[in-house]
Amino acid sequence: MRHFARLIEALAFTPQRNGKIRHLVEHFRTRPDPDRGIALGALTGDLDLRQVTPSLLRGLVAEKVDEELFRLSYDFVGDLAETIALIWPVAEAPEDPPLAELVAELEATGKAALPGVIAARLDRLEPSARYAYLKIATGALRVGVSARLARTALAEFGSVPVEEIEELWHGLEPPFESLFAWLEGGEKPVSAARSPFRPVMLSTATDLDQLGPLAPEDFAAEWKWDGIRVQAAVEDGERRLYSRTGEDISGSFPDLLDALDFEGTIDGELLVRRGESVAAFGELQKRLNRKTVGKGLLKSHPAALRAYDILIHGHEDMRAQPFDRRRARLEQVIAKADPERIDLSPLLSFDTWDALAALRADPPDPVIEGLMIKRRDSPYLAGRIRGHWFKWKRDPMTVDAVLLYAQRGHGKRSGYYSDFTFGLWDGNMLVPVGKAYFGFTDAELKSLDRFVRSNTTERFGPVRAVKPELVLEIAFEGLNRSTRHKSGVAMRFPRIARIRTDKPAQEADRLEALTALLPPEGPPA
Amino acid sequence: MTADAQLYPTPEGLYCPAGDFHVDPLRPVRRALITHGHADHARPGHGAVLATRQTLDIMAIRYGEDFTQSRQEAVGRVRIGDAEVSFHPAGHVLGSAQIEIATGGRRFVVTGDYCRHPNPVAAPFEPVPCDVFVTEATFALPVFRHPDPAAEIGKLLASVRAFPDRAHLVGAYALGKAQRVIMLLREAGWDAPIYLHGALERLCWYHVEQGVPLGDLRPATTDRKTKADFAGQIVLAPPSAFAATWAQRFPDPVICFASGWMQIRARARQRGVELPLILSDHADWPDLLRTIDEVDPQETWITHGREDALMRELDLRGRVGRPLRLVGYEDEAEA
Ligand SMILES: [Zn+2]
Ligand SMILES: [Zn+2]
Repeated sequence: MRHFARLIEALAFTPQRNGKIRHLVEHFRTRPDPDRGIALGALTGDLDLRQVTPSLLRGLVAEKVDEELFRLSYDFVGDLAETIALIWPVAEAPEDPPLAELVAELEATGKAALPGVIAARLDRLEPSARYAYLKIATGALRVGVSARLARTALAEFGSVPVEEIEELWHGLEPPFESLFAWLEGGEKPVSAARSPFRPVMLSTATDLDQLGPLAPEDFAAEWKWDGIRVQAAVEDGERRLYSRTGEDISGSFPDLLDALDFEGTIDGELLVRRGESVAAFGELQKRLNRKTVGKGLLKSHPAALRAYDILIHGHEDMRAQPFDRRRARLEQVIAKADPERIDLSPLLSFDTWDALAALRADPPDPVIEGLMIKRRDSPYLAGRIRGHWFKWKRDPMTVDAVLLYAQRGHGKRSGYYSDFTFGLWDGNMLVPVGKAYFGFTDAELKSLDRFVRSNTTERFGPVRAVKPELVLEIAFEGLNRSTRHKSGVAMRFPRIARIRTDKPAQEADRLEALTALLPPEGPPA
Repeated sequence: MTADAQLYPTPEGLYCPAGDFHVDPLRPVRRALITHGHADHARPGHGAVLATRQTLDIMAIRYGEDFTQSRQEAVGRVRIGDAEVSFHPAGHVLGSAQIEIATGGRRFVVTGDYCRHPNPVAAPFEPVPCDVFVTEATFALPVFRHPDPAAEIGKLLASVRAFPDRAHLVGAYALGKAQRVIMLLREAGWDAPIYLHGALERLCWYHVEQGVPLGDLRPATTDRKTKADFAGQIVLAPPSAFAATWAQRFPDPVICFASGWMQIRARARQRGVELPLILSDHADWPDLLRTIDEVDPQETWITHGREDALMRELDLRGRVGRPLRLVGYEDEAEA
């Protein structure tokens, strides 16, 4: 448990993705089975534990510590598990039981016996291990590691493509011993699960210059819809919907699942669609990350699949066949589907790249974010392989905003102010509308850093407010309505396109310029 | 005369009328008795200062030789008006002392800040029997049980081994913490040069003069050094330096911070710390209670810190407590 406690501490305090991966790889390399697999399951949310409630924990600590002292401590620390871990009476002879033993015990213990079991463990653990134990028991690790990141670390540990791990993932469960055996040079496990996730084919960015030398007749083109790329898999009647990184999101989309009346695996875009009308991305977001979906939301925000490709049909694996052949099969399959829920992403006809450029410049629907261009003879390949699929995104939207706050960066950006909050005019006030931390060169970072240091008006911890004088051209991919932001808008992928030292702050854009670009509101959720 | 007429808080700080002096005054006064050299306890501009030799030296280093009009080294028992005072080691930083004040048949001990953990840079705390024990309470919550310092330094060295291409920047206050970190590193076998931010140099050299063997110390300047030369090295700096362009000279640095506050995760995260090192020069909760039991005073007064929790615990133990709520001692600084 000591090792796991150290791991989650390191993960929680390491800001950089690569640093986190390094800690994970080190843990997988040095810890034995089944502990490392249980640790992995804890991080990916695959441990199936009875939820220990905060009130149970409060009850336990009330028996050990004066109520007033506990209250003062909790006020100061701000986290229940952390307060209990620190305040619990010192273990006379602390033990270091394996993580797997603690998890197995929690799994095997009934509700009535749970408080006694937890208290007995707390009595014999060190504070950092108590913290890790309580975080597992309450199912809230919160160390900034997604399941995807954990799988990326596994891929690095075993020197295998992450797609292969994603493909296997849904047939595996903690403690993942067969997976680790494979990653250490043993035999690759065979997935026993039905309707497994298959690695998704991804595109690389392109533009007219790069397309120029290619023969247009060798390529098919279709719209790139602004939804969520998904994979719908049905095998022997078992239906599943996966995100493009292999997260099983079936639970949030029962309406779409009902409509998966085929056998096979289809690649497509998940959208909220009412008849012909595709809703903005923000409306789809309302359907995400829900354990249960109410009837009202199912009706007001119906989910639909717009099909791009077919990987498996029946039990026939089509991935090695050329795109044209797969497309023909896809058309047959979709023809039989419920058109309210599942339709085909139409192919665009074009003779020249200029003709395609003209289509891109004037898409027929605001929920289109660009074009997908696919080589007609491409097999369906795992991952982002150059030369097969291209995305040609719509030009980003831009706005001229004023720099308001800057925050210090980490790692290679230590000592630099590298996270920038910018705002637009609303009346004679500047309202923050977003935050950008990339898009600039090293030289631009230096000049931004210099500006921040010499124009600071206030400091709050790692953040500085600056004189509202520097105009930044912000490029972004889209806009959502947001109730969390004071401005009411949230930008997608904002980045600093240019530093406009030539422009006075008074001439920066107004908030109305941005809100005018918002998608229509949609019905209440 | 009641105890609270013999020693009481004023806007200038804790005041003893019998000797007409203040202890660790927050504003300039005629006569000051100073427990230790931390900036919130030792301020410049007094008429006269009585303190240990080392505290006087530290004040002169920090504020210049003219930090006070007259100074006197505390040796043995010193008579001031109708009070007799003496200084006893507090184990907090080099030169730190508790001040014993005897007046009108009553004995007070004002601890300043103190630490019970063995600390190679300070003489160990000495419990002094008294009637009124005037204690600090910086870490007076039952969540504060400072871990073994050697294990904390072990975390730092493990990280240096794990990230040999990165520099480790350790935030440590200039008086006490910086030297403690260096000594702990030396005890753990780290013989390599340790690099210092300019703001730490003078006090480190003063410790060396006073016989604290800090080993090979070098300025963390960039003359003749490239970024890559700091890879795998340990650099000490005051925490404020992390916000300065100074930090830009190091390769992908791991930001560490040595402080008792690092026990609390939210505090470490707030400061953008990647490697928190829980190293405190103050008494933790068990040590505060142990010390009060050992000294066994009739009353315990609390100068600064988390007095609510300590008051509650004194109450539970049937002891008499009294919060003085002195304002002006910062617990964020030099803790
Ligand atoms: Zn101090
Ligand atoms: Zn203090």
